[in-house]
Amino acid sequence: MKPVLELKNISKRFSIHHRESYLSLRDRISDLFSSSVKDEEFWALNDVSFDVNPGDSLGIIGRNGAGKSTLLKILSKITPPTKGKITGRGRMASLLEVGTGFHPELSGRENIFFNGSLMGMKKKEINNKFDEIVQFSGTEKFLDTPLKHYSSGMQLRLAFSVAAFLEPEILIIDEVLAVGDVEFQKKCLGKMEDVSKSGRTILFVSHNMAAVSRLCNRALLLDHGQIMASGKPDEVIHAYLKNREEKTTRPAMVNLSEGLTLHDFCFKQDELKPGDSLKYSFRLLSKVPNPISGLALLIYNELNERIGIVDLRNEALLGRSRENCELNFAGILDDLHLVDGVYNVGIYISSNSVQGDFYDLNSFHVSLPDGDIVPYDRQQRGYVSFRHDGGIQ
Amino acid sequence: MKEADEFTITPPAKLTLNFRELWQYRELFYFFTWRDVKVKYKQTLLGIFWAILQPIFMMLIFTLFFGRSLGVETQGVPYPLFVFSGLVLWNLFSTGITNAGNSMVTNSNIIKKIYFPRLIIPVSSILSSLVDLFFAFIVFIGLLIWYAPEINLINALIFWPLGIILGCIATFGPGCWLSALNIKYRDFRYVIPFLVQALLFLSPVIYPQVVVQQRWLQILLAVNPMYGAIEIFRIPLNGELLNPSLVELSILSGFIFLIGGLIYFKRTEMYFADLA
Repeated sequence: MKPVLELKNISKRFSIHHRESYLSLRDRISDLFSSSVKDEEFWALNDVSFDVNPGDSLGIIGRNGAGKSTLLKILSKITPPTKGKITGRGRMASLLEVGTGFHPELSGRENIFFNGSLMGMKKKEINNKFDEIVQFSGTEKFLDTPLKHYSSGMQLRLAFSVAAFLEPEILIIDEVLAVGDVEFQKKCLGKMEDVSKSGRTILFVSHNMAAVSRLCNRALLLDHGQIMASGKPDEVIHAYLKNREEKTTRPAMVNLSEGLTLHDFCFKQDELKPGDSLKYSFRLLSKVPNPISGLALLIYNELNERIGIVDLRNEALLGRSRENCELNFAGILDDLHLVDGVYNVGIYISSNSVQGDFYDLNSFHVSLPDGDIVPYDRQQRGYVSFRHDGGIQ
Repeated sequence: MKEADEFTITPPAKLTLNFRELWQYRELFYFFTWRDVKVKYKQTLLGIFWAILQPIFMMLIFTLFFGRSLGVETQGVPYPLFVFSGLVLWNLFSTGITNAGNSMVTNSNIIKKIYFPRLIIPVSSILSSLVDLFFAFIVFIGLLIWYAPEINLINALIFWPLGIILGCIATFGPGCWLSALNIKYRDFRYVIPFLVQALLFLSPVIYPQVVVQQRWLQILLAVNPMYGAIEIFRIPLNGELLNPSLVELSILSGFIFLIGGLIYFKRTEMYFADLA
């Protein structure tokens, strides 16, 4: 049987302009007079070749900037490759985003039609599936209400529902599942499992290793635009984790936004065992008045599942906004009852100039105490290592 | 699996319009146009009436200042009728070129996330101005009944549609060009309104072409592709074509803009997602 997708030597080059994000005529005109300005080139993808067989669900993983999104964009025909050739066999749909083209002024009904047709459905097809789509999304009552009055959760459900009723032979999905409430996420993952069971082909890019290992029968690890590993998901995930651990040199300073920097993000971590305490400290430096309205540490496990957050808001912090101010943070996380493993720490910050999550800023390692009993398999042990006294009486 | 479903993705090669693909995506033309029209008049009290009110008000203003006060001579055609016949096409051009010019930028979030032939976007925004033209045309017919000038019906049936088609071509070429330029150089966001204003005075909308006597000004007028479209559209009113050679030049200019615009659009199309 012929592969449904054949990628041969796919490469993509970008030129980095050392200026604003888009060109302006003035730049172009000034370039005429100064030929010395050279754009830096970089290869987002370099000689990537692989085949995807019918019925495969292939997970694509890699660090930020490894070339995953570029690969998806090339496969979706949004941007052309610089070199190489892709041959595909079958109707392909790509979901780089759900709800593309949703317009706040249009009603739910109108948005279903517009979004559906953008994703390649025929009008007749949408008409036939319309009731099912509406039912799946659970927005029956608001069908003729403009989308701007929907809650963000409802918008997302509606968007995913349209996408769920696409029937392509090849489906390309970018982390769209990482959003929405838990109930709906389950529904979506279930729908994806149905798709892969029905023999169609899925390409799935994700940070969520748990989802990749559950949904995919093959995986591909990208690093610096090249394939580092490919094969069974668990092996590739293992390679990814190892690769990541090797690269744990952390920068002393991280730019959060213009004028706001994070310094010396530090976790004191000698031998850390389940139940131990963990000290942390970091400094925030602001060059401009920058009242902070939200701040939290985010803790992720190896599979990039969020384990928990440490809310750092208190009255002393909220509204601190002197110019050139330096904020020092330090604290202790008591009784860390986590199962052994590597944990990544990020930061969520919300202030005048920036709002969002910053990942992979630091990590700590919880190891298992030496014992006589061989521990159960990692995957069986969940997230929490309970403190427990007792046993057989 | 059908053979037709096989596809290849390669680095950009030669320029083709790829009509087959445009045909495959034909429903999207409809949906984009439909969305543009819907969104335009959502949450407006008067809705689609604006399509009628705008040209009527412009006609009243021009009639007061140019028709009454300055007494512009229009070969026996009542001035309100004369100016409205120009405005019917002019509004197609001005809204069409403005919307098409900005269309790629306003739809950049879609361009970055999903593939379809990009040409659909500027074409649809011009198609949605055709909807406005339809309503303005009804008012035009109303004015004709009111003023009851002598009109050769066969002339009308030939030259009205022909004028509108030429108007579409005149709008489409520069519209495509501007939409591609705008996504590359955002300067064009400021160029477009200025261009539209300037061109109004280079079109025989508010004055007849005979007012212009200098040869070089006539040529400048004729380079404007709307000149020909408006003159053709007015044949049933005027009863004759006043300056055929200038009109021919203008129509030729329309086609040159069309071909140039399409070529430029197609050449940059592949990189829109990287630029947007």
